[in-house]
Amino acid sequence: MSDTPGFWPHPQSLQARVLRRVLALLLLGAVLVAGMAWLNGRQAAWQAYDRILLGAANDIAESIRIQGGGPVVDLPVSAFELLAQAPDDRVAYAVRAADGALITGFADAATRAGMPDTDARLFFDAPMQGERARFVEVTRRFAERDFSGVIRVSVGQTLIARKAMTLRLMLDAVLPLAVAGLVLLVASYFVIRAAVRPLERIADNLLARDPYDLTPMTVADPPREVAVMVDAMNRFMGRLDRQIGVMRNLISDTAHQLRTPVAAIRVQAEAIIEAPETPDGGQRLVRLVRRTRSLGRLLDQMLSRAMIIHRTDNVPRARLDLREVALGVVEMRDHEVLAPEAEVGLVIGDSPVWVEADEFSLSQAVGNLLSNALRHGQPPVRIGVEARGSEAWLWVLDSGAGPGEDILRGLGQRFERSKASPEDSAGLGLSIVAAVAQAFGGRVAMERTEDGFRMALVLPRAAEVGS
Amino acid sequence: MIGSLCKAIVLGASLTGLLGAVAARAQEARTAIGTGSTTLLLHSTTDIEIIRPTLERFTALNPDLRIEYEQWGSNDLYANSLEACAGDEPVADAVFSSAVHQMVSLVNAGCAAQHRSAFTEALPPARRWRNELWGITEEPAVIAYNKAFFAEAEVPRDRFALLDLLRTRPDALRGRIATYDIEASGLGYLFAYSDSLEATTFGALLEGFSRTEAIATCCSAEIIEGVAEGRYLLAYHVLGSYVEAGARPEVGLILPEDYTLFLSRGFMIPKGAPQAAAARRLLDYLLSPDGQARLSEAGLIFPQDATETGLLPSARRFIALAPSLLVALDQHRIRQFSALFASAFRPSEHP
Repeated sequence: MSDTPGFWPHPQSLQARVLRRVLALLLLGAVLVAGMAWLNGRQAAWQAYDRILLGAANDIAESIRIQGGGPVVDLPVSAFELLAQAPDDRVAYAVRAADGALITGFADAATRAGMPDTDARLFFDAPMQGERARFVEVTRRFAERDFSGVIRVSVGQTLIARKAMTLRLMLDAVLPLAVAGLVLLVASYFVIRAAVRPLERIADNLLARDPYDLTPMTVADPPREVAVMVDAMNRFMGRLDRQIGVMRNLISDTAHQLRTPVAAIRVQAEAIIEAPETPDGGQRLVRLVRRTRSLGRLLDQMLSRAMIIHRTDNVPRARLDLREVALGVVEMRDHEVLAPEAEVGLVIGDSPVWVEADEFSLSQAVGNLLSNALRHGQPPVRIGVEARGSEAWLWVLDSGAGPGEDILRGLGQRFERSKASPEDSAGLGLSIVAAVAQAFGGRVAMERTEDGFRMALVLPRAAEVGS
Repeated sequence: MIGSLCKAIVLGASLTGLLGAVAARAQEARTAIGTGSTTLLLHSTTDIEIIRPTLERFTALNPDLRIEYEQWGSNDLYANSLEACAGDEPVADAVFSSAVHQMVSLVNAGCAAQHRSAFTEALPPARRWRNELWGITEEPAVIAYNKAFFAEAEVPRDRFALLDLLRTRPDALRGRIATYDIEASGLGYLFAYSDSLEATTFGALLEGFSRTEAIATCCSAEIIEGVAEGRYLLAYHVLGSYVEAGARPEVGLILPEDYTLFLSRGFMIPKGAPQAAAARRLLDYLLSPDGQARLSEAGLIFPQDATETGLLPSARRFIALAPSLLVALDQHRIRQFSALFASAFRPSEHP
């Protein structure tokens, strides 16, 4: 089996699948964490450098004084030393009057002209010679004798230091997490490996198994999910084993059983053909017919037995009252074909006798018990149901002494036929009864009583139902 | 409101005056070095004779290159570079100026191209900005004096001594102290601005210069010439490299011991330079040990050795290439300085 290709040409191992999903999960996590770290870092960097920008702008605004009726800016070096916290960034500044006229600074420095004056400090993004830059604009109000009004100070800086700080903060946050992620990935590899090992063992067990080996599989310390699987597989294999056994038996039995009657029929038919005019020709034809009828019954029984064994494994069990099974068998009156003159008595109590079984199988078993009694025993024959402790008995009683000890010992085996057996007996009857009893957890019981020989199908009683 | 508008107009006018004193801006001198097929246009404020040996060495090492050297005044060079950046003038392949505040302004305006190499990375942060501006030299701002006039004991070793001298001998020095005219020289303005940030002695010095009727005039070579001839007895804040290069035995040199400003001439490769690759090669050469050795020979890199110069390392004040130099170019700041100097110096007698 191991050398035949599987149904899937390249199936992926469960471990690889789980690992791939774990990896995808970790990657997703990494992307999310990196994104969040970037956002956090950007916010921190922007805040830090915005403060520097604001500090520089305030510094410049503080340095404005009114001299000779106009503002004079004594541009402080400290403002630019503050801005030098971002050493590689270009700067722009402008001091403007309320009407936007440049007092000092760079004419091309961005401004937020048109903003309401209530917002005294404001950060905004604006280009600086084509490069993205961040600006702040603060206003300072003057109410002097010779000058009154608002002066706007805008200071801007390119984003190199902000971006560098964002990246640094992000990496500071992400690198340890990346290491942790790698450790998790390695750890998850081992965890997943440990988790799927029972499955691998099952697979190895199955691969190493002989194709005809249907014995139960054993897995040491399986997890619950795996135990369920192994259990199901074992049950399936058990059923398969029984079915195969049944089929094998059926085939060999059929071949074995059919050979003798068919040979007998051929011999008789040939005899008739060779000497058609002999005086006892009519007698021989009657025998031939009886033979074929017997052959038909044999086939019926074989089919019925195969059917029962099939059903006991495949048909769900139902709750049955054994009395009804007995009643049904009597009412079918199949025995009248066998012994039209015989009378069959029914002995049942008032209370139901419950069992868990399949009705068809039970009927077949009881039918066989009955025909055995009719065929081999002495009338009158009675069929009865009774509860004995935890057991339910369905018995057939005839008034004879029963078979001899040597026959009793072999009873129930398949095709048990003695020389004394009539030629129309197949010997399958009791084996069906035994198979049914076994299938439903019971047994076949035989006892000699004062009234005669009793043969019973004994099944475990089902619990009483409340209703 | 009208007042502030008028101010703006006046300011604009004064700025134009500062940047474009000469109506038709043009280079002062022009020369070619090397015979290569690729021409590298270098705009510089450095006197050609000082830097010529270094550039000749470079073209000898790079025979495919020829340097078209144009010497400019720093203010004209700044104006020209701004126009080139705006696309109104042809772009030079490299700009090399001592007025580093103007260079910082050009870089800040996005006019420069980036370059990185092992040599540029080796520069200290104060001599490098944005990988677009590099400080090539190390030159002190010195006091030059006429040796004949000053007895050795009288030489002012620091600004305090100079102040004392201005106080004690105003008549002897009257009209015979020279310094850069900040209106005409970007470098002079930069020195004055840096001085104003360093110490309060600056105000006292200006006052002293005013009392002694000091001369604000143009150009290192002329000032040193004047000191050598005895026309000036003392020149405050001239580039030490020019004093050394002039090799006039009559001229003495003082590194002020309270602090000495050190300038690093700025090198920049303009955006859109036609021969940017050649400019990068020139930059890397200037920063290479060989280039630095040549510049040192030319006096453009002052010796570091404290025993030789008598200058403590803590007294060295480097003018860092940083955005804070933008303050120097602020219109109001320029106006204040102009007013200050106008009141301190009488107009230059020298052309």
